[in-house]
Amino acid sequence: MAQSSQAADGLASIPALLQRNATRFADKPAYREKQYGIWQCWTWAQTEKEIEALALGLINLGVNEGDFVAIIGRNRPYFYWSMVAAQSVGAIPVPVYQDSAAEEMAYVMDHCGARFAVVEDQEQVDKIIEIQERLHQFEHMIYVDPRGLRKYDHHKLHEFSHVQKQGRAAHDEFITDLKARREKLDYDSTCVMLYTSGTTGKPKGVVLSNRNIIEASRSSSEFDRLTQSEEVLAYLPMAWVGDFIFSIGQAYWCGFCVNCPESADTMQTDLREIGPTYYFAPPRVFETQLTNVMIRMEDAGRFKKWLFHKSMAHARKVGPAILDGKAVSAVDRFKYWLGDLFIFGPLKDTLGLGRVRVGYTAGEAIGPEIFDFYRSLGINLKQLYGQTEASVFITLQPDGEVRSDTVGVAAPGVELRIADTGEVFYRSPGTFEEYYKNPESTASTKDAEGWVATGDAGFIDAESGHLRIIDRAKDVGQMADGKMFAPKYVENKLKFYPNILESVVFGNQREQCTAFINIDLNAVGNWAERNNIGYASYQELAGHPKVLETIRTHVEEVNRSLAEDPMLAHCQVHRFLVLHKELDADDGEMTRTRKVRRGVISEKFEDLLGALYDGSTEIFTTTEVTYEDGRKGSISATLKIIDAAVVPVGTPEKVAAE
Amino acid sequence: MLDASEGYTTEDGRKIGAVVMEMKNITLRFGGVVAIQDISFDVREGEIRAIIGPNGAGKSSMLNVISGFYNPQEGEVWYKGAKRPPMKPYQVAQQGIARTFQNIALFEGMTVLDNVMTGRIRQMKAGLISQAIWKGKAEREETENREFVEKIIDFLEIQHIRKTPVGRLPYGLKKRVELARALAAEPSILLLDEPMAGMNVEEKEDMSRFVLDVNDEFGTTIVLIEHDMGVVMDLSDRVVVMDYGKKIGDGSPDEVRNNQAVIDAYLGVAHD
Repeated sequence: MAQSSQAADGLASIPALLQRNATRFADKPAYREKQYGIWQCWTWAQTEKEIEALALGLINLGVNEGDFVAIIGRNRPYFYWSMVAAQSVGAIPVPVYQDSAAEEMAYVMDHCGARFAVVEDQEQVDKIIEIQERLHQFEHMIYVDPRGLRKYDHHKLHEFSHVQKQGRAAHDEFITDLKARREKLDYDSTCVMLYTSGTTGKPKGVVLSNRNIIEASRSSSEFDRLTQSEEVLAYLPMAWVGDFIFSIGQAYWCGFCVNCPESADTMQTDLREIGPTYYFAPPRVFETQLTNVMIRMEDAGRFKKWLFHKSMAHARKVGPAILDGKAVSAVDRFKYWLGDLFIFGPLKDTLGLGRVRVGYTAGEAIGPEIFDFYRSLGINLKQLYGQTEASVFITLQPDGEVRSDTVGVAAPGVELRIADTGEVFYRSPGTFEEYYKNPESTASTKDAEGWVATGDAGFIDAESGHLRIIDRAKDVGQMADGKMFAPKYVENKLKFYPNILESVVFGNQREQCTAFINIDLNAVGNWAERNNIGYASYQELAGHPKVLETIRTHVEEVNRSLAEDPMLAHCQVHRFLVLHKELDADDGEMTRTRKVRRGVISEKFEDLLGALYDGSTEIFTTTEVTYEDGRKGSISATLKIIDAAVVPVGTPEKVAAE
Repeated sequence: MLDASEGYTTEDGRKIGAVVMEMKNITLRFGGVVAIQDISFDVREGEIRAIIGPNGAGKSSMLNVISGFYNPQEGEVWYKGAKRPPMKPYQVAQQGIARTFQNIALFEGMTVLDNVMTGRIRQMKAGLISQAIWKGKAEREETENREFVEKIIDFLEIQHIRKTPVGRLPYGLKKRVELARALAAEPSILLLDEPMAGMNVEEKEDMSRFVLDVNDEFGTTIVLIEHDMGVVMDLSDRVVVMDYGKKIGDGSPDEVRNNQAVIDAYLGVAHD
């Protein structure tokens, strides 16, 4: 494979990009964080100083080239600096999900043999102390927030600002060393190691080189014409590849400003205050936002409701066309302009999306209604398809060619191939180096020519040339009669209903499909309130006959729509039940990125699954739950099993022909 | 009893100072009802001191005596080495004693921020006219106090409800806002009246963490009333136990736990 081993202008690493930005964009903002109710700002020049002080402090603590430094915290400038500081001294940053339980953390930190960790606060410090004995190589921990930590043993525990202070004090001693280490970095040196969420089995450490990150950031920035003046809000987990690309890769390549929210709960307010121009969110975030808007509109007066629905109807009709630059009559344009002035504009502003020039969603399929809603408001929301192993980008939707059911065309520099099995393969400059300490998995994922198996089944849409993803390749199974079983496809259709938060469809090697369903407490709770239905708990609401009835109509609608697709007509859901608890990552039922773990669920709820197929109408069950602090408890319930009407298939429809 | 001049060190290494407040033979009567009968105990600087007891034991009355809301018929309150004359609550507050209430007493229509700002009233010295024309001192004071309040908002992690009217908040958060307001007064003694009543396990844990952090970070002496025995035993350095207006126990959580009178009061005495 022909790859340039030399980067343009010698910009072969993130620290090199930082040096460039500190000169070129010296007094432009690089980071903002809201603290004590005020946005604090660091320019690129200041950022460079902060990172240098930290890097010197790390050398002072004894960080060697090739060491792994775990980074555990929510999106804050200090952690972004820590990553770049670690890179500057030749170490490899390993961001870890900060909400991981101690066990999960122990696995990751032991696997990479981290000697150092930069963590947020007492909560994380406690977790690491708990697992420290098992981590033989682990030495020093640096924390940002000193609260509650004063009494801890500080032999191997350091406050972030003190490390920087020591670094500044040792400036003359170590600066030549730092410069030498920084200059050694090239396109082939490791930029970051990210652990996959581990939908199946243990997480794998994906090693990404500077080439991967910088090439992917460069080409994607050019694709969407990102500039230095973009604003982004960094709120997605730092351990996720997307955040690394958006908040470090592209931010350093283009030199734009990364804004960090005050706390996880203030994200919505902060989003509105910043008004990002470039925005990424998983479908779930858009869904929640839309649900909130709709709930609040339900509570509005009749005139406002009428006005809203009237203008939204018009927006749905012409909004996407205007956004795509297609021909729209002057009258419609004027009406849309009026709507924008009075309804869409203020609404977008309230949502914090008023300035979005490029918006992306990925990770899961997004409901067509949701997607169209945002696009008709005039928000340029697009889809992309990617994964950690590709440094995010595999396909992207170009402006003007946006559809809800495809994920776009191959990103610049990416080659696509569909195998006979339907599995999607790609090859790109962003393709990862290897799985750390796991040559077997590396070999089975990436072949000698550099083609990587995505694990997703899909096809190229004949009419648009876009890639369409059906399901995870390994989840696509066969029904007892040998027909294709695509659970995710059905689950997504179900999840498009605001009342349904999550669903798990079964049917592999079975006669018919069945489903577990989680209700959305927000949407259903609001409905219950408006209809004077009292409930004391999630469980009680989930078992309410009227709720079950509503869910049944949703399932039947899905069945009708499935019946129209000859490929998937047999995947209609015959029987379902509404779960008495929300599927939760703490119970191992989902990954930290909120993808359902099919295997775990079907084992854990084996009794329920049995009841779906043995014809019983209700079942009593007890389930173990894990609380946030790691303690265990159990809940029990009697669940009703509901039959849903299906559209008969298999009988050739001749009636219409007559 | 320890000597008033010296302190002690707790198991987790906190230094507890000298006696800062002492209640001497307090008796409080409402007409014929004796709410508190001849109770004495002390509070040391930097400690977390709990008052526990079954319903109607007189715990809240005791707290109201400390905060100056009730003046006892008999007995003396000594504060910082001097006998305290009968005082109005605002005078007690000026001495650096702040409190929260069992039944939340916030301004429901005002935002969290404004509620917490009211806790700074003691620090605001600008006159009416200056406040009205909003120049000079008044403006400067507002900025300084806002900064302090923001630090407390950050400390108690209530940034996301800064601008929310208190009336719209759930119970657990209201309790936290009340704590924030009390802290805004920079108290040297903080009185908490059942800070965890009506909370679920998670909220209780959060609140416990905040109480410990306040004590640790600001060195605030804390006197709290609580029903939940588990919470009390985990949090406090020393515990006073009351029953029917009388003191039936006083000491470390372990001493109190093994005190027969306390066990009888909580579990009842077998009739044999």
